[in-house]
Amino acid sequence: MQTPPTNDGGTNDSGTNGTRANGSELVRFDKVTKRFGGTTVLDRLDFSVSTGKHVTLIGPSGSGKTTILRLLMTLVRPDEGTIRVDGDYLTHEERGGQLVKAGDRHVREVRKKIGMVFQHFNLFPNMKVLRNVTEAPVHVLGLDKDEAEQRGRELIELVGLTEQLDKYPSQLSGGQQQRVAIARALAMRPQVLLLDEVTSALDPELVAGVLDVLRDIATTTDITMLVVTHEMNFARDISDAVLMFDQGRIVESGSPDKMFSDPEHDRTREFLSTVL
Amino acid sequence: MNLDWNWDVVGDFMPVFWEGVAITLRALFLGSLTAFALGLVWALALRSPYAWVRWPVTAFTEFVRNTPLLVQLFFLYYVLPEWGPSMSALTTGIVGLGLHYSTYTAEVYRAGIDGVPVGQWEAATALSLPRGRTWLAVILPQAIRRVLPALGNYVIAMLKDSPMIAVIGALDMFGEARNFSNETFTTEAYTIVGLAFLVIAYPASLLIRFLERRLVLTS
Repeated sequence: MQTPPTNDGGTNDSGTNGTRANGSELVRFDKVTKRFGGTTVLDRLDFSVSTGKHVTLIGPSGSGKTTILRLLMTLVRPDEGTIRVDGDYLTHEERGGQLVKAGDRHVREVRKKIGMVFQHFNLFPNMKVLRNVTEAPVHVLGLDKDEAEQRGRELIELVGLTEQLDKYPSQLSGGQQQRVAIARALAMRPQVLLLDEVTSALDPELVAGVLDVLRDIATTTDITMLVVTHEMNFARDISDAVLMFDQGRIVESGSPDKMFSDPEHDRTREFLSTVL
Repeated sequence: MNLDWNWDVVGDFMPVFWEGVAITLRALFLGSLTAFALGLVWALALRSPYAWVRWPVTAFTEFVRNTPLLVQLFFLYYVLPEWGPSMSALTTGIVGLGLHYSTYTAEVYRAGIDGVPVGQWEAATALSLPRGRTWLAVILPQAIRRVLPALGNYVIAMLKDSPMIAVIGALDMFGEARNFSNETFTTEAYTIVGLAFLVIAYPASLLIRFLERRLVLTS
């Protein structure tokens, strides 16, 4: 097995290397290990993403891609290693010069910089579309209701669902639900948006609408994106960098052009031949 | 003893019968509210991360669920006042019914909460919703909606247990019938009360069946 290249995820420019900490490093994993039972899903993983970059994680299922997103969202906690977001430790905090497990309040503060869209949307079925989008801004960011609704309407317009404001999620198609979920995540104004196989659960004819919205967001905003997807054309379009994972390690990384047209490693070539 | 049906007896019974109906419905309504509220408290406490919260609640609910309501009513009415404040017979009856059934509704809530998909918790985490808000706005509305029919079934079960409060002197419709029959050496009152239970319980169970179908269809 090849040694994984270090920390160049998200750096488009091959001249600069992400290992040298700089101010624009938004997400950084240091020697992160995650095990589930006896299986090591991530093995001392190092990587970083620079501010504003769009990084796509590819690889066979079980290679640890989704786990990276779930670690960032604190849905699972690392067994070893540290994760930093915008310079702050995510699940650790420094106390008296020591790095200790962080308390809930600290985690909550750092986590606010991150938003996530899930494969199965996970909209709140008991709330109408608009309230799905305004719930967290009101109760987490402390916006007043009118302001949150104003912003909510703008976001729902952005994802093209103004007509559906007053419907319940169950009255929408899968594609529409996922677009609401995107608006809901953006309403928190995260610095990083995590997209976890957001089109995998959709009927084929609904995929394009969701990807169009995401392309739009990728090109018109400066939000940083971490994307796990099997839509390789989409990945090629929006990514600044592509990381190929296998067995919890980064096998290879580079620009989408290089990765999709001329990958260096057999493992990458083999994987791409199965999905392209 | 007179085995013929006598409408005059029925007429004589009616004034106290209505008083009894009022007490039965009051005990049922307040007892249900108590059971719904306390059951939710138990269900949440049983999910506490702290063993010192879970343990006493487990012990208490198991104890209450596995001892007869009748014994509990006697205990609350005759034994408890020796240490604490004494309550009227009706209040004791309501507390007894509510407490007893809260240990069943706790299980119902537990099942409802467990039935909320894990993705809902994850979405709440991803949005950093505070714990209280997650429960109040996301989890409980979904959990309770799904278990409404089950809660309704316990209200009917409670209705059928409610005559037990007569043994501590709370005159529900059965208690009134017993007193009336003993004083007049008649039996019509028991028949009336039996029918009255049916008249309340049957439409209620139809309503629950309707609710069940509706909730299943729309969720």
